Amino acid sequence: MNDLNRQAIANYKNDFLREVEERVEDGDWVRMCMQCGVCAGSCPLGNAWEHTPQKLFMMIRAGKREEVLSSDSMWMCTSCYNCIVRCPRKLPITHIMHGLAHYAHKLNMAPKGQPTRDIAKLFWDNLVKTGRVNELKFSLAMYFKDGFMQGIRNALAMQAVGMGLVKAKRLNPMEILGGHKCKDQGGIHRMIAKARAIEAHKKG
Amino acid sequence: MTATIATNQTLLVVGGGISGMTAALEAAECGKQVILAERNATLGGRTALLYRYFPKMCHPTCGLEINLRRLKANRNLRVLTQAEVTAISGTRGNYTVTLKISPRYVNNNCTACGECAKVVETEIPDPYQYNLSQTHAAYLPHAMAYPQRYVLDPCIIGTPDADKAKAACKYGAIELDMQAETVELKVGAVIWATGWKPYDAAKIQPYGYDRFDNVITSVEFERLADPHGPTGGKLLRPSDGKEARNIAFIQCAGSRDENHLRHCSRICCMASLKQTQYVREAYGEEGRSTVYYIDIRSIDRLEDFYRKVQQDPTVKFIKSKVANIKLHEESSDLILHGVDTEGYHRYAEQHDLVVLAVGMEPESNGIQLPADMVADASGFLEGSADGGQFGAGAASSPLDVNRAVQSATAAALRAIQVVHKTSRPELVEGGAKS
Ligand SMILES: Cc1cc2nc3c(=O)[nH]c(=O)nc-3n(C[C@H](O)[C@H](O)[C@H](O)COP(=O)(O)OP(=O)(O)OC[C@H]3O[C@@H](n4cnc5c(N)ncnc54)[C@H](O)[C@@H]3O)c2cc1C
Ligand code: SF4
Ligand code: SF4
Repeated sequence: MNDLNRQAIANYKNDFLREVEERVEDGDWVRMCMQCGVCAGSCPLGNAWEHTPQKLFMMIRAGKREEVLSSDSMWMCTSCYNCIVRCPRKLPITHIMHGLAHYAHKLNMAPKGQPTRDIAKLFWDNLVKTGRVNELKFSLAMYFKDGFMQGIRNALAMQAVGMGLVKAKRLNPMEILGGHKCKDQGGIHRMIAKARAIEAHKKG
Repeated sequence: MTATIATNQTLLVVGGGISGMTAALEAAECGKQVILAERNATLGGRTALLYRYFPKMCHPTCGLEINLRRLKANRNLRVLTQAEVTAISGTRGNYTVTLKISPRYVNNNCTACGECAKVVETEIPDPYQYNLSQTHAAYLPHAMAYPQRYVLDPCIIGTPDADKAKAACKYGAIELDMQAETVELKVGAVIWATGWKPYDAAKIQPYGYDRFDNVITSVEFERLADPHGPTGGKLLRPSDGKEARNIAFIQCAGSRDENHLRHCSRICCMASLKQTQYVREAYGEEGRSTVYYIDIRSIDRLEDFYRKVQQDPTVKFIKSKVANIKLHEESSDLILHGVDTEGYHRYAEQHDLVVLAVGMEPESNGIQLPADMVADASGFLEGSADGGQFGAGAASSPLDVNRAVQSATAAALRAIQVVHKTSRPELVEGGAKS
């Protein structure tokens, strides 16, 4: 259990709803849900998840902290916005899904090996280095995330697509040598550090 | 100098539905002079288009009949039909009202014999059947219409149809040169009983009211169930005229929804519960009604009716707001998709007809109201800031008939107080001072 998690448990005792309201982005909307079910029925992937938004919101109110934060469901949200458009209470459901996923990640309670989470991590690490996404390195990192042999297999399978992208000037092989950067890399790093500090000082 | 407001003793009621009739009659029976201005060609409003009333399942005609009898017996009450308020100026106790009266093309001589309708060939969508069927362009709005006089639709004026109608009338009742009139009246107080309208169901995109023939509204279902309706009281679905036996009712269609109407329309739960009993009446144990709901709101004593319907084995309740409706191409049936709240089960249920329990919106949304009228967030009228105009019935809140009538009586009393004070300046606050 990480420190953040320990501290949250100590702070909120069994009041998981309050924890979500104070710590999860847009979490203060959860109590507005009237359990009508429209979001659950509108999600194009709904039948592939264990917990629909409607169910997650009820679980939050019921204090099912462990189940919610270790759920794989909010990681499955593709941001199609069907639920937001239809919710009669105008809950920003998509954003709450991402807020929950992010919070679970911070507490290190998100499911291990969850592909969306892994890719998001790779993407973030790739981005913060230079302030620009290095697409070549990002693709390679994805190919090789499950080991060297699997990486080679993935790369071979995607070879034609890769060549096409190079031809269309959408992918530059020279990016392997460090790649393009933003002008003020130090500035980006300071900005991110500041954002982290602000977040750490947030209520809760 | 005495601060007299005015001396006008007349009371104007706008809208001749059950609420407007009630307010007008209560005031007139107290001896006040009342003008009742109705926009349509008949009194009765939307209740005249219902098949039966919850909770007693009685016929709306019965209440209307009593009111019409009271109305005919009263000399203080003047009814104007096809009359619309176009402007109001002045203040409490002293208003000047401008009314536009459209021509009916039929005068008092009409005996409602119906000869004119027989010869007029032009047909128009029948507004008294929510446009579900056509009517001849010379018509009596409905059986309970008051006044009991035919109307010519303006679209035939200047055509041979109009001349044929005139020739067919044995009583000289048809006057083709009738013109629209504008009249100005002095009144002391105004009651707005302009009622409600069904929310535009086509705006609820996932339910496909504008795309699927067999998705209809609750007000249309009332017409299907009514023997005077377009199907003679048979529950025939629009796509193929087949008897609908497995019917879905979707609650809160456009109500309690930030994307549509924010308010709970309050009567639609009861309306659907009532309509499940139309299905039972039609097919006995063979019919199937399924009510999809967020929660059933049958207020105070109406709860008994809900309990009774819950006992009915032909009625099933599913706690879920339906997410979307898809068409089943071969059968023209509809498939309702959603997740229920009691157990979070995903469903795809097939029905042969879907009735949307549409919300009630103030009819006054979209008309020009006096500048100082106060309305709530949904547009329901409270009254004017100067205290001389009042909202009544469904114009003031989504109300059932019982509560609409109570609200109308209350509005009548307040309006009487206004004209009463006006006639006796010493009763007006500060009025006796010089
Ligand atoms: C599907 C459904 C079923 C229902 N069933 C029941 C039931 O079983 N029992 C029950 O108690 N209630 C029922 N209701 C509610 C009932 O219809 C209302 O309570 C009732 O119609 C209110 O009457 P009203 O006179 O206030 O308004 P309305 O009936 O709307 O009458 C308003 C009148 O004002 C006129 N008007 C509007 N604007 C103007 C204007 N600018 N100038 C002049 N005239 C104007 C209109 O033409 C109309 O005649 C039902 C409602 C729905 C939607
Ligand atoms: S659509 Fe909105 S109100 Fe309905 S269950 Fe989902 S979040 Fe709750
Ligand atoms: S009365 Fe029932 S159907 Fe109508 S808006 Fe309220 S809860 Fe929904």
